[in-house]
Amino acid sequence: MYKIGVIGDRESILGFKAVGLTVFPCDNRDEAANALTEAAQNDYAIIYVTEQLYKDLTLEISQYADSRLPAIIPVPSKDGSLGIGMESVRKSVERAVGADILFGGE
Amino acid sequence: MERLNVNPTRMMLTTLKKRLVTARRGHKLMKDKRDQLMKGFLELARENKRLREDVERELAKVYESFSVASAVMSREVMEEALMFPKQGVELSVGSKNVMSVDVPVFDYRTTAEDAADIYPYGFAGTSGELDAAIYGLAGALPLMLELAAKEKEAAMLAAELEKTRRRVNALEYVKIPQLEMTIRYIMMKLDENERGNQTRLMKVKDMILKEAIEEKREQDEKACV
Repeated sequence: MYKIGVIGDRESILGFKAVGLTVFPCDNRDEAANALTEAAQNDYAIIYVTEQLYKDLTLEISQYADSRLPAIIPVPSKDGSLGIGMESVRKSVERAVGADILFGGE
Repeated sequence: MERLNVNPTRMMLTTLKKRLVTARRGHKLMKDKRDQLMKGFLELARENKRLREDVERELAKVYESFSVASAVMSREVMEEALMFPKQGVELSVGSKNVMSVDVPVFDYRTTAEDAADIYPYGFAGTSGELDAAIYGLAGALPLMLELAAKEKEAAMLAAELEKTRRRVNALEYVKIPQLEMTIRYIMMKLDENERGNQTRLMKVKDMILKEAIEEKREQDEKACV
């Protein structure tokens, strides 16, 4: 049985605990990197990472980009969305098609 | 375009012709795969975009309720309230084969005794906003899971699509022209050899004929005298 993890600052991710996800409160980049490695090795199939931390963890995350599991998904944090999630969707379109044809070149 | 560095022999010609046939066939198959992948991917990417917009909107609402709740309640009370969740999420991962890409499929089940009562705390010490936030979050959860599945699938398809696209282009613009050019070169070379041989033979035949005629003439002359 797989689990779902959430990595982010304490305030943002507290609520996810109530709906049954495992939370990894992290205040800085290093803690988050450790949490990510730990979660990836421990049967977490989906790991949500708040965008604020996601942008600092691109190196660690790219390791898992082409593997089947875990899926690492950026979500907005309590401070709002940075547009990173959308950017990653746009990037995968660009990678596949060779040009950005869905988002009208924003 | 650089031709392959090979010996212009008949055997090499046969080998190269076989390779050209294989390359053409591979190119056609790859192209079909690319087109099919592209069709699926574009649909998926659109859906992915829509889902992400939904999730971001839902989460923004949730965070809003949370920040109101945390303004009303102290941090300790809030953490205590959420310490022991009532609901768990069990996730099982299957797999789906999309054009030979192994894509994970997430299937989840929530383990709460009562789906309407997921609040892991008594209502006395907490504010109403917290209830709203948890409720909103529980509503956003299926969307988030769907987003995770779609986004992973999109990323994996994108990687495969990129690979296939490159292969198609490499075959179309490098490998096939190169093979064609080399085959033409070998054929021209062989033809040239053939022609060279022919002239040589003709020349030799001329020489032999000439000799024979000379001999005949000498014999005739002797006979006359």
